[in-house]
Amino acid sequence: MYLNANNISYAYKKNKPILKNLSISIPDNKVIGLMGDSGSGKSTLCKVISGYIKNYTGTVTLDNNLIETKDFYPIQLIFQHPEKTMNPKWKMHKVLSESWNPPQELMDTFGLKDNWLGRWPNELSGGELQRFSILRALNPKTKFIIADEISTMLDAVTQVQIWDALLDYCKQNKIGILAVSHDKELLEVIADDILLFNEINKL
Amino acid sequence: MTKTEEKHKKFLNLNLRTKTLLIIGIAFLILFSVFVSNYLIDHTAVLTSNFYNINQPPSFEHWFGTDWMGRDMFMRTLLGLGISIGVGAFASIISTIIAILLGVFSSVNTIVDEAVTAVIDLFGSIPHILLIILVSLAFGGGYYGVVMAVGLTHWTPLARVLRAEIKKINTSEYIKLSTEFGKSKMWIAKKHIFPLIISQIIVGVILMFPHAIMHEASISFLGFGLPAHEPAIGIILSESMKYLSMGYWWLAFYPGLALLFLVLLFDLIGENVHKLLDPQSAQE
Ligand SMILES: Nc1ncnc2c1ncn2[C@@H]1O[C@H](COP(=O)(O)OP(=O)(O)OP(=O)(O)O)[C@@H](O)[C@H]1O
Ligand SMILES: [Mg+2]
Repeated sequence: MYLNANNISYAYKKNKPILKNLSISIPDNKVIGLMGDSGSGKSTLCKVISGYIKNYTGTVTLDNNLIETKDFYPIQLIFQHPEKTMNPKWKMHKVLSESWNPPQELMDTFGLKDNWLGRWPNELSGGELQRFSILRALNPKTKFIIADEISTMLDAVTQVQIWDALLDYCKQNKIGILAVSHDKELLEVIADDILLFNEINKL
Repeated sequence: MTKTEEKHKKFLNLNLRTKTLLIIGIAFLILFSVFVSNYLIDHTAVLTSNFYNINQPPSFEHWFGTDWMGRDMFMRTLLGLGISIGVGAFASIISTIIAILLGVFSSVNTIVDEAVTAVIDLFGSIPHILLIILVSLAFGGGYYGVVMAVGLTHWTPLARVLRAEIKKINTSEYIKLSTEFGKSKMWIAKKHIFPLIISQIIVGVILMFPHAIMHEASISFLGFGLPAHEPAIGIILSESMKYLSMGYWWLAFYPGLALLFLVLLFDLIGENVHKLLDPQSAQE
């Protein structure tokens, strides 16, 4: 399966385009790395592809089919800041099960401790919360993961552990990944191809 | 933190919570008994004139004294407070419904939102007492007019808060994510939005009471409110004005104090309920 974004253009404010005629293709058996300057529009592209921004021009397709928006969106975005993506008055087990109930082994591979499930989001660290938001995105209906600087707040060891678990799961379940990062060394390890944002964005 | 310190902290926390609950309980009990006493008091017996003991200063027999018709001021005050609570309750219900409807309505789209904001600002900008009198007159005055007027004019602060809060929640990333997970609008409203705003609604309702009560008393005092035969506090106060110069201070002093006490009780409950529902303390 291929995720294709064709001729995407978008501007938050008129006359100030952020994305212009941008095309990108991601196969479900690969990890595509994306690098670019700060403020150039990488996160904006991620939001377009995963359905958060709707009023763009161009198309986002899975094997040439437009995506049904009412159901579970098969392209899941993982944010840099997980705390904003969680209802502050929900305990973690509820936060997780809003998407699905992952099996115990999977929770273990991501280093999720059982007692975290009974806590509120503000009682966990950013790195601990990020494991939840990654796991939440790995719903069986997910076909592609857009990872927007998901490991910047983690220490080197945890970063390796989490990426290992994520890559492993995605390989087994045929989930393609778009990984955005400023960390060139990280992308060289995890990505099959690395794209430079300024080259694909035709501003 | 050492173990004993931890224990100590836990104990204090528990204490604060219990104290808050206790305050709420006692205040509520007082209000409830005032309200219930209205049904137990024989209105006609209390409010018929008794010319053998007119204008008596406070005594053990008549705690708040008697008026120029020999009526016991304590009983009149109690009945007045009962009316105040009744008007306050009714006004709070109407105003809360309006506030919730407007708050929810404003989340439909930006045009509706701007219209709602304009309506809130419009109602908020007219002097409150004037607005109440106008609405009361529009409803034909009297008991019905006052209740409707007080009820229809106290929703602005809560509506403003709810609108802002719902807007904040709706633009949050966890709501967008919820749609990504394929959840319906109804599901999101029920599971995400409602639990987040319910505490604001509850506190808003309780804090509406004192305002409504004071406003009803004010316009009754000014003569635009409840009819003169009702034993409302505003009526009692305006009647007693004529007798104050003769030195019958108790006619205004005790009913006024009682009204103040009632208002402070509601403020106290509101404050403590807020403390109880506040996310920070609620999560402990
Ligand atoms: N909601 C918004 N409204 C208006 N402008 C925005 C909005 N979000 C982002 N922008 C602007 O769009 C541009 C691109 O932002 P974006 O977040 O996509 O950059 P980025 O490439 O992800 O940067 P970084 O590497 O720092 O994360 C920036 O100039 C930013 O100021
Ligand atoms: Mg970014």
